[in-house]
Amino acid sequence: MPTASGQRDMRTRLADSAAADSAKGWAAAHARCLLESLGRLSRRWIASALTILVIGIALALPSGLFVVVKNMDRLAGQWHQSVQISVYLDNDLAPEAGQQLADDLRDDKRVDKTQFVSAEQGLDEFKKASGFGAALDALGNNPLPGVIQVTPRANLAPAAVGELVAALGQRDTVAKASLDQAWLRRLTAILDLLSRASWVIGLLLSAAVVFIVGNTIRLDIENRRQEIEVMKLLGASDAFIRRPFLYSGLWYGLLGAFVALLVLGVCRLALGGSLATLVSSYDGALAIQGLGASGVLWLILAGLGLGWVGCVITVNRELAAIEPR
Amino acid sequence: MTEIVAFDNVVKRYPGGKLALDRVSLSLARGEMAFLTGHSGAGKSTLMKLIGLIERPTRGRVVINGTDLARVSRRQVPRYRQRVGLIFQNYNLLFDRTVFDNVALPLVIRGQAHRDITRRVRAALDTVGLLSHEKKFPITLSGGEQQRVGIARAVVNRPHLLLADEPTGNLDPELSADIMRLFTRLNETGTSIMIATHDIDLVEAMRYRRIVLDHGHLEQA
Repeated sequence: MPTASGQRDMRTRLADSAAADSAKGWAAAHARCLLESLGRLSRRWIASALTILVIGIALALPSGLFVVVKNMDRLAGQWHQSVQISVYLDNDLAPEAGQQLADDLRDDKRVDKTQFVSAEQGLDEFKKASGFGAALDALGNNPLPGVIQVTPRANLAPAAVGELVAALGQRDTVAKASLDQAWLRRLTAILDLLSRASWVIGLLLSAAVVFIVGNTIRLDIENRRQEIEVMKLLGASDAFIRRPFLYSGLWYGLLGAFVALLVLGVCRLALGGSLATLVSSYDGALAIQGLGASGVLWLILAGLGLGWVGCVITVNRELAAIEPR
Repeated sequence: MTEIVAFDNVVKRYPGGKLALDRVSLSLARGEMAFLTGHSGAGKSTLMKLIGLIERPTRGRVVINGTDLARVSRRQVPRYRQRVGLIFQNYNLLFDRTVFDNVALPLVIRGQAHRDITRRVRAALDTVGLLSHEKKFPITLSGGEQQRVGIARAVVNRPHLLLADEPTGNLDPELSADIMRLFTRLNETGTSIMIATHDIDLVEAMRYRRIVLDHGHLEQA
């Protein structure tokens, strides 16, 4: 005779195995659905391929722009690091005072290093470099001022560099501080614009992907109207009918992301020759970076997410409109 | 409770004013098989749609297997339909799936385990004599065979009630007689069946109760 606790054990075990069965059934149903939706795509593969191609291009455009901006940003950063400010001192300033000022400037936290070039040193260098030695000797006195070469810190923003230049120029013993940075400021502004543009374009094309997937799913539902009616007559819930379409949306997004990666790869190959020339002109200081692992992951997640959203906003509305008559 | 179908003063008026059923009261006993006849437009289809919850009555009460259909919410309709086997004049098979997959559909919808599905689909196909056709596509079958696939699909869930709307409407007399014999066999195993048909000859050849509709009114036969 079974004890009460034995019976309870039996019942729990039965309940457990029933729950395990239903969980297994649920997982199996989803796996089946995932494959079935891929099968649906492949059965009308030309239409599917065109949709996926369009999604791929729509995803590749902002991603490509993102890669370009990222590389240009690094390039601009390297140029920033090579920026130097020339501080021209008053002509009558003694070399010792010049050296002192150079040392003082180094205490400014915006400044990385300073180098004082006295009027004599400047003249010597100029004589060597220019070959006008004899002509300069004829001048009698040295026309060159003392100069301090100030290198700002590498991480200093362009605007802060501008402020530093202005501050240096207003010092008592300084005649003029100059930095030919207008073009760099313009480049930075252009890069900023490009970066914003890639977000705007990305947003617009994301919306496009959502609508492409939505429209494709809408047509798919239209083609399967009779099938959906039959399923509803046989007692299929809305969730059951919706599931394969949602998986189709995910497939479209995922495969579209793969196409986008392919497009980016092809572009890199096509531009490879001229890129190599450009890179070699920088003596290896410049290396082109691709999307990177996290970029690839984000692209795939974006594809999946957009495919899903496009599907969800279409499927509920369309399926509610189909009722057996 | 011995009735599987009970209509109590049911009125169905469609939007636009057409009166399809007018104060219809009828019942089908558990395990009974009955024919629903009448001229076309008499309200046979409307009556079937009310039982399948494809339409709702304007007034009156429909009780199926003890469930008052007025209490079945829109969300609960799928679960309700899983307990009723529907058979259609145009078979309503899915042509991109095999016979096996068509018959398995109600079980897949209910989320049955794979093992059970295979066993029960084979049993249902065996009942209708199409076990050897399970891998074929419906398009390669004759009309009579297609309808038998439809019947196998309706009984695979072991519903307590089978509803057939003009099941022989597209078949010649010989095939129609085959299908009717199949219904008789199913009824003998205890399934309650209601068959809507306008094939009077066929009905008169069989000894089952007739429910006759005329312009939405029940005629006492």
